[in-house]
Order: sequence, then structure tokens, then C-alpha cells
Amino acid sequence: MAVIRDVMPAFDLLQPGSVAEAAKLLDQYREDAWVMAGGMDSLDWLKDRIKKPKVLVDLSGIDELKGIRQTSKGLEIGSMTTLTEIAEHPLVRKDFGLLAEAVSLVASPQIRNQATIGGNVSQDARCWYYRAGWPCYRAGGNICYADTPVGRNREHAIFGAERCVAVNPSDSAPALIVLDAEFIIRSSTDHRGVTAEDYFIGPKTDITRMHSLRPGELLTAIRIPYTWAGTKFYFEKVRDRNVWDFPLMNVASAMELTGGNIQRIRLAVNAVAARPMRLGNVEAAVRGKPANAATGEMAGKMAVQGAIPLQFNAYKIPLMRNLVKRAIVGASPRQAENALARDPGVQEAAWTS
Amino acid sequence: MSEMADQNATDGAPAKVTRRRFIMGVIAGGAVVGAASYRFLAPGSHVPAPSGSGGERLISLNVNGKVRRVDVMKQETLAWTLRYKLGLTGTKLGCDRAECGSCTVLIDDVPRYSCSVLTHTVRAGKIVTIEGLAAPDGTLHPVQKAVVDEQGFQCAFCMSGFIMSAVAFLKKNPNPTREEMAHGLSGNLCRCQDYSKILDAMMRGAEYTRRA
Repeated sequence: MAVIRDVMPAFDLLQPGSVAEAAKLLDQYREDAWVMAGGMDSLDWLKDRIKKPKVLVDLSGIDELKGIRQTSKGLEIGSMTTLTEIAEHPLVRKDFGLLAEAVSLVASPQIRNQATIGGNVSQDARCWYYRAGWPCYRAGGNICYADTPVGRNREHAIFGAERCVAVNPSDSAPALIVLDAEFIIRSSTDHRGVTAEDYFIGPKTDITRMHSLRPGELLTAIRIPYTWAGTKFYFEKVRDRNVWDFPLMNVASAMELTGGNIQRIRLAVNAVAARPMRLGNVEAAVRGKPANAATGEMAGKMAVQGAIPLQFNAYKIPLMRNLVKRAIVGASPRQAENALARDPGVQEAAWTS
Repeated sequence: MSEMADQNATDGAPAKVTRRRFIMGVIAGGAVVGAASYRFLAPGSHVPAPSGSGGERLISLNVNGKVRRVDVMKQETLAWTLRYKLGLTGTKLGCDRAECGSCTVLIDDVPRYSCSVLTHTVRAGKIVTIEGLAAPDGTLHPVQKAVVDEQGFQCAFCMSGFIMSAVAFLKKNPNPTREEMAHGLSGNLCRCQDYSKILDAMMRGAEYTRRA
């Protein structure tokens, strides 16, 4: 990877100025077209010569896809809004600190300045066999290179593996699921909304993509209702380095407490399966219970039931158990972003207990 | 910075052509021819040039306060345009994958990885590279001055990226703690692992910027 091989092969760059125009171009060029948002995912594919689209449809000139608007029901975030903008936006920080926190932990400052929320939720799997162009299941082949006795699968799935064992790498995804966001999708002929949960799909539905966008469709906006505004949020991301890295795992929760008891809760974990997992059974089990260590313990054990580790990722089971526990107890403050201020003991304990 | 130095060198001795000036002349002279031949030079460029494409290849780019006309391929990254078309080689290409930060430039005051920006997507933007930081009279930017004073870098390949990140970060947060500065520069890597001295220099840079 990461070898400079001169400039990318030629493609035509189309820069529509409106969603209607973009949708028309996608209809016109169909499988020859590649949609680029911030380009942080797209350009890797193109530079590595693994995807070779004839036409690149660049969405960066479409102003109607940018910005954050307040509506009577909540916030509407344009799909081309950058992660920096979301992380710093006063309305997001005020009501949906969970999302602000999640996107502020993505990659590096420069990447957040360019990467978009639409791209973050629609990005492809980061399994290195797949990204390096190996002909695996996800790439249309008939083998998974990660799920072999010698496959390097430390970052891969512990749930829902179906031929492919890659995980969804998005940090914003679990936060958006917890906040019950709705994803607005448009094509030249249609207009529909799907829940955040249904936007993400696993290999059983379609092994070649991680989102439910059909050809010719564009994700135009993400609507977050006020349903969970002002509740108790928890977000934690665990990764090898304190910046840049994709999550080994992340967890998001929103919880409303009455007298110390959990009135209502939503809980999601990502980087454990091909799609971010909402833990519906855990939510149901902890409702009405006190938000204490015993409940967290129980929730953690319940969350990892049915997990099947691969050769090198068994650590993800205790990691998930502990993250779910923390998401409920909220006792441990999120790890300091800054490597200098980091207490290595916190992570050690989470991995081994 | 280096352009200025070269200017002086050649003014002083008109007969002598410095190596750098010679190379830059070749780059400028060869730009148009070069642009046409990259397509054939690039290994594995099996996609034929699309015909009837919309949009001009010859564009105006606002770089370091000057509007410059340049012939840009559709698939060309900003780092490529800056280095090989405009001769602004202060912007370095490290990984070419948005990982190392040595290609960091400011686009409308926002630091971004120029290796991962298609030049055509920022036609309307104001681009500032390391060459555009010093004042027209050659006075260094406070952050540059601090790097010189603190001798912040070893090999300094990553330096221009770090400086651009620091300059942008200080506009948002002029009085950072060392931790905040480290976080602000977390999108840049140094293979010499000289982070402690780099942070010393950048904190000095923050001080100089506040005073300036």
C-alpha cells in the first residue's frame, strides 16, 4: 500500500451544482460513475488502481448538501457537511454532544476538515486484504483472506460474519443510530428516508457494499430528531493510536434516568460486525434498572453473547463487555484524546479483565 | 522563502545559474509538454482519456495571493499541481495517502492534505503554501522564525506540513497549552520522531505569533 505510482489514471471529473444535476449524471453514466464526497475514501481506491471509474462525480460544488439547519423536529445536517463543522457547531454541541464527540474523534484534523458526514457513514470496509485489491468475497471473488488460520484479522468482526469478516469503520454511525437519525436519500426519480439502523447493511444483504444506497441514489441529508436531546450521552472509541486510527471498537449510548433508574436507553457498538450493531436486547434488559455497576456488568455479559472471535481478535470480547458496561455506568471518563495526558492503565484494564 | 534566496543569489551573479533555479526553469518550461505526456508515462493508466469532457483544463489558481494560469489534469492532486506545475516544491509529498501530513497546505485558511485534494475541486479557493507565509520583504512568519530559533526539526522533510498546520491551528487557538498544540498537530507525522523539539518550536511560534 501507500506506494506513490505517479498520477492517477485518467477519468473525467464532473462537478454538478445541484442534487438534481448530480442524480441525472448518475443515471446517465450508471456503473461508469463514482460518487466522491470528501474524497478521503475514494482517492485511496483510485490511487491504488483498484477502482477504475470512467467518470468521477464530485459533490463538493453542491451547496444544498452543505450546512446544518434547525427544523421544528430537530437538526438537519447536509451530507456534504464536514466533520469539523459538525464537531464545532453550537447546535450540535448543545443538543447532540454525542455526535460532536464521535466525529471529533475521527482521524486527524486535516481529514476532519475535508471528510464529510455522508462519506463517513458511506465509506467502504477497511479490511486490508480488500483495500489492497485481493479478490475476496467483498470484491467479487470466492475467498476471505482474513478468515484463514494465518489471516491477519485483529481488527475484524466478532459478530455476524457471513463469508466476509470486515467491520464497519465509521465512528459517527453508532452515534447516529443511538440518536435515531433518519437518512434522506434521493435519486432522479425517487425520494426516501431510512432509519440510521437500516442504512447500514451486512454481507447477507449485499456483500459488495456497506450501505443501502442503490445505484443512482445519493445520500442528501441526515435528520436528527430531538427525541434524545439532553439525555445522558456516552461515547468511547478505542484505537491503537490516539489519533488517525480507525476504531478497534467504539460504543455510543443515550440514556434517560429517573431517580437513578434507566427510564429509556439506546445503545450501539461499531467495528464488531459488518454493520454497526444496535443492542436492542440489552436496552430492553436494563430498562427500569439502576444505572450502576451491577447492571453494567449484566449488560456487558449479555452484549457479547453469541460472539465468535477469529484467530487474533478474541480481545474484542472483553473489550466490548467493558465498553458496554461503561456506556451504562458512565463511570470512567472518556480516554483523554491527548497521548501526553493518557493513562495507559485504563486501556489495559479494559482489555484484560 | 527559498525563491527569495534564489532571487538574491542570481541577482548578485547574473551569469551564474543556481541548480535550484535551473531545475525550476525546467519545471516551468516543461509544464505544458509534461502535462500531455503524463498520461502516457503513468504505468497502468489503462483508462483512455475521456472525450468530450466538461470543463476546462486550463484554470486560474489563487496561490499565495497570486492568480496563476495552469494546465491541470482532471485526476491531478493539488500537491502535484503545486510541486510539478507551479514549482512550489516546499510542499512535500510523503505518503500520498492522507496519512503523514507533509503535504499540508491552507485552502481558505483550512489546513488540508494537498495530496488528497483534486486541484479542480478547489479552483475557487485561496491556497497558501509554505512559500506564501513569509512577508513580501522576506521577513519570516513568526512560526517559521520560531522553528529557526528552536532548531525544531532534524531532517525537516515534514517541516512545511507541520508549520502550515501550526499556523492554521494558531488562528483558531492563539494561546494553546502544549497538549492542545499536540492535538492540533496530530495530523502530521515526523519520522525522525522529533516531536518534543517540534512542540517546543511550535509553542515558541505561538508566543511569537501572539506578540506579532
